Amino acid sequence: MNFPILSFLTFFPLVGVIFILLRRGTDEVVERSSKNISILVSVINFIVSLFLWSKFDPANPGFQFVEETQWIKNFVSYKMGVDGISIFLVLLTTFISPLCIFASINSLKKRIKEFLIAILIMQTFMIGVFCALDLFLFFLFFEGGLIPMFLIIGIWGGERRVYSALKFFLYTFLGSIFMLIAIIAIYWNMNTLDLVKLTELKIPENLQYWMWLGFFISLAVKLPMWPFHTWLPDAHVEAPTAGSVILAAILLKISGYGFIRFSLGLFPIASHYFANFVFVLSVIAIIYASFVALMQKDMKKLIAYSSVAHMGYVTIGIFSFTKQGIDGAIFQMISHGLISSSLFLCVGVLYDRVHSRLIEDYSGVVNIMPKFALVFIFSSLANVGLPGTSGFVGEFLTLIGTFKVNYIVAILAATGVILSAAYSLWLCKRVVFGEFKVNNHGEKLLDLDATEIVILFMLMILTIVFGVYPNLILEPISSSVDLVVKNMGAIK
Amino acid sequence: MKNIIPELVILLSSFSLLIAGVFSKTFNKIINYIIIVLLAALIFVVYFNFASSVTLFGNSYTIDPLSNFMKILVLISVLFTMLISNTYLERLKIAKFEYPIILLLSTLGMFVMISANNLIVFYLGLELQSLCLYVLAAINTKSLKSSEAGLKYFVLGSLSSGLLLYGCSLVYGFTGSVDYSEIAKVATEQSGALKFGLVFILCGIAFKISAVPFHMWAPDVYEGSPTSVTTFFAMAPKVAAIAALIKFLNVPYANFISEWRTIVIVLSIASMFLGAVAAIGQSNLKRLMAYSSIGHVGFILAGLAIATPESLSAVLVYLVIYVFMNIGVFACIMSLNRNGVYFENISDLSGLSKHHPLIAICLTILTFSLAGIPPLAGFFAKFYIFLAIIQQKIYYLAVVGLLSAVIAAFYYLRIIKVIYFDAAKESYDKNSSYGVKFSLIVSTVVILFYFIDPSTLNTIVESITKNIK
Repeated sequence: MNFPILSFLTFFPLVGVIFILLRRGTDEVVERSSKNISILVSVINFIVSLFLWSKFDPANPGFQFVEETQWIKNFVSYKMGVDGISIFLVLLTTFISPLCIFASINSLKKRIKEFLIAILIMQTFMIGVFCALDLFLFFLFFEGGLIPMFLIIGIWGGERRVYSALKFFLYTFLGSIFMLIAIIAIYWNMNTLDLVKLTELKIPENLQYWMWLGFFISLAVKLPMWPFHTWLPDAHVEAPTAGSVILAAILLKISGYGFIRFSLGLFPIASHYFANFVFVLSVIAIIYASFVALMQKDMKKLIAYSSVAHMGYVTIGIFSFTKQGIDGAIFQMISHGLISSSLFLCVGVLYDRVHSRLIEDYSGVVNIMPKFALVFIFSSLANVGLPGTSGFVGEFLTLIGTFKVNYIVAILAATGVILSAAYSLWLCKRVVFGEFKVNNHGEKLLDLDATEIVILFMLMILTIVFGVYPNLILEPISSSVDLVVKNMGAIK
Repeated sequence: MKNIIPELVILLSSFSLLIAGVFSKTFNKIINYIIIVLLAALIFVVYFNFASSVTLFGNSYTIDPLSNFMKILVLISVLFTMLISNTYLERLKIAKFEYPIILLLSTLGMFVMISANNLIVFYLGLELQSLCLYVLAAINTKSLKSSEAGLKYFVLGSLSSGLLLYGCSLVYGFTGSVDYSEIAKVATEQSGALKFGLVFILCGIAFKISAVPFHMWAPDVYEGSPTSVTTFFAMAPKVAAIAALIKFLNVPYANFISEWRTIVIVLSIASMFLGAVAAIGQSNLKRLMAYSSIGHVGFILAGLAIATPESLSAVLVYLVIYVFMNIGVFACIMSLNRNGVYFENISDLSGLSKHHPLIAICLTILTFSLAGIPPLAGFFAKFYIFLAIIQQKIYYLAVVGLLSAVIAAFYYLRIIKVIYFDAAKESYDKNSSYGVKFSLIVSTVVILFYFIDPSTLNTIVESITKNIK
């Protein structure tokens, strides 16, 4: 048997947690060593995931690095594996996690040890979600992530953190119970929860519609799709910077991944049947969320609504069932993971210095924070989808894919690009340019320090690299996406 | 003879300890330890006899894997109750040597209930345990609330026992027998009239497990009784009553499944829903746990209503996990004392995370488990129940169950919110006894790491439930 690299990636952060818990000594010592341990663990995890990427065979459309053992007798097997669809999401998770840890160890003031533990546990659940090849296992990771995220928002969040944490938890919990019912129903009808076997067995048509809806509710809440999105702005605004980054960069991607893997993979007939329904919701999400974003006074809320809009592109891409659409959706997920992280980190930088997220409190920041202004403007432009950045490739591909299927949807969705330009550029104009004026504590406004520069520039460089050379992602995912498209095409 | 060693040992030791306790003051102090050792030994005795399957005393008393399983569970509950109650009672200055002996006697009553194969034996066991429970509820004679709890429990408990006895007499009147297997033989022919008996007996048992609408006593009794007694109430009597219920529904009334399934489903839905909704407004932790246990009983009843081997296995697994969750939560409540005063309000939990991080993390894990969040044991417990429900395609029951689980999550989250998000208060005394610490750690470890190997327990309960009918 080969080295269980996926299990290692998934559970290695927990080893870090154990080490942190075992550290004894004065508070200061424990704090310092827990910082070191968590950085070490997450960086090792990232390196191992790079190794995974290097060993990944892009020509193979099936699952690779598969591990399987019996877990609950006659019922659930512990099965992990990655294919082209999930590998980059795993990489994204392992890449973003150390950034979150770096970003938060200096800005967080209280209970750093517990925070790092929560982030590491979160990492386990997130990697597990993308690797699980058994529905029950997937659900376990999917749902388990609620616990650390609830605590991250609730303990380290802003003023209305309790409300937001409860809303986040209950909303997602309510959504996911429908998925649970669907999973159980699949089990009794198909006698297996193994994803690979289920894909081969083909779930009966009459069952597919209900199962699809069960999964859809749960995934739509998590994505979030209009009209289930109301938890997201609250959660984003109140969460600490690292929490927002994890939410935007990774948690939202779980749903996109779930749509490709489960809705398309297991219920192709139902997916065709409901495709227009998803289109309508996505187009509403894109246009509505963009307009709402225009009106926001709070920067984090603005970015949160822009996330809702960008996730709309992901869903229309996926439900176009074309190669370009699904390619674009996956690309858009990765790119949004990088861009939204960078935007949230930028807001975090401002918030650390001035303790305000309100747009009106800032003006002319460029005058004393030129490096910050560069990153902020760059990220905003990438968010708009400027050619040369990864945001452009994702949106462009999804729109091409959709245009083939339904040009009205594509045209309506394309208006979102203009709207996103409007709110992003307006945000830049108000915060970065103009006459320098910062309400309260303006004197503390220092430019980026070394850590922040490293983090933000890394994100920036990746955004450009993927934007200029998208094949870096598109080639490895190609064969797996082909398989999905072929399966979907077979239905028609 | 060797099959009823546990019962005999409990009976004889409780009598002899009672006599010894009366005569010797110095002996009183070690009674607790004797009983703890005794209980631990009994768990092994029952365990080694696990597979035996015999009926005794003219077919009125059965020893089989199901009864042995339930007896072990009762013994575990009693053992942990003993472990956490010792210092608690001493600090409240209500330690009496009768306390462990009454616990032991009520354990005997539960054993009889669990093994009963005959309505009379069942009633005898039930009364023995109930009488002990009434006394236990009122054991804190200095507290008005405790006396009130005892009296309330006694009056309402007698009423329900009366109902139950009336049901038994009806069944006897219509079938001419009190023996379960005899009733089962006759039950096919005169189906109509027997339903009356069924309903009365079900009401009586529903009272004992505090299923809605027979739950009114639970919050008051849970709150008024000393916390150690509440711990006991939350676990052992429910385990015993559910064991009796499994047998009662599936042996004498096996042919009436369509009739009692409806009744049990109604009880179940009402309990799940009320348990979830009514707990939201509570400020006292023990009252909250009362409603929480009502909700859990609802889930257990849902499993009972399905009555397939899968669902009964799910019920047994649920009971095991339920017992461990309760041990942990009550051990946490028992840790909140300052200068000899015990605190039991939810608001008293604030700042636990700052001064007592270990208790805080344990209580958080247990609470998330009570709410049924994966990957903790509470999720698996609920999951198996839903698995069995959906197998029978009773979707509405599953949906109601899951919705009430979401509502219930709200008040569980509120506990966590108070622990972690609220401003810290004064710290509590760090003087928890080893018993409390041990119970807390053991139960948390069980709940947290259950997911590593769920198969072992599943295999055991599957071997039990496939022989029930």
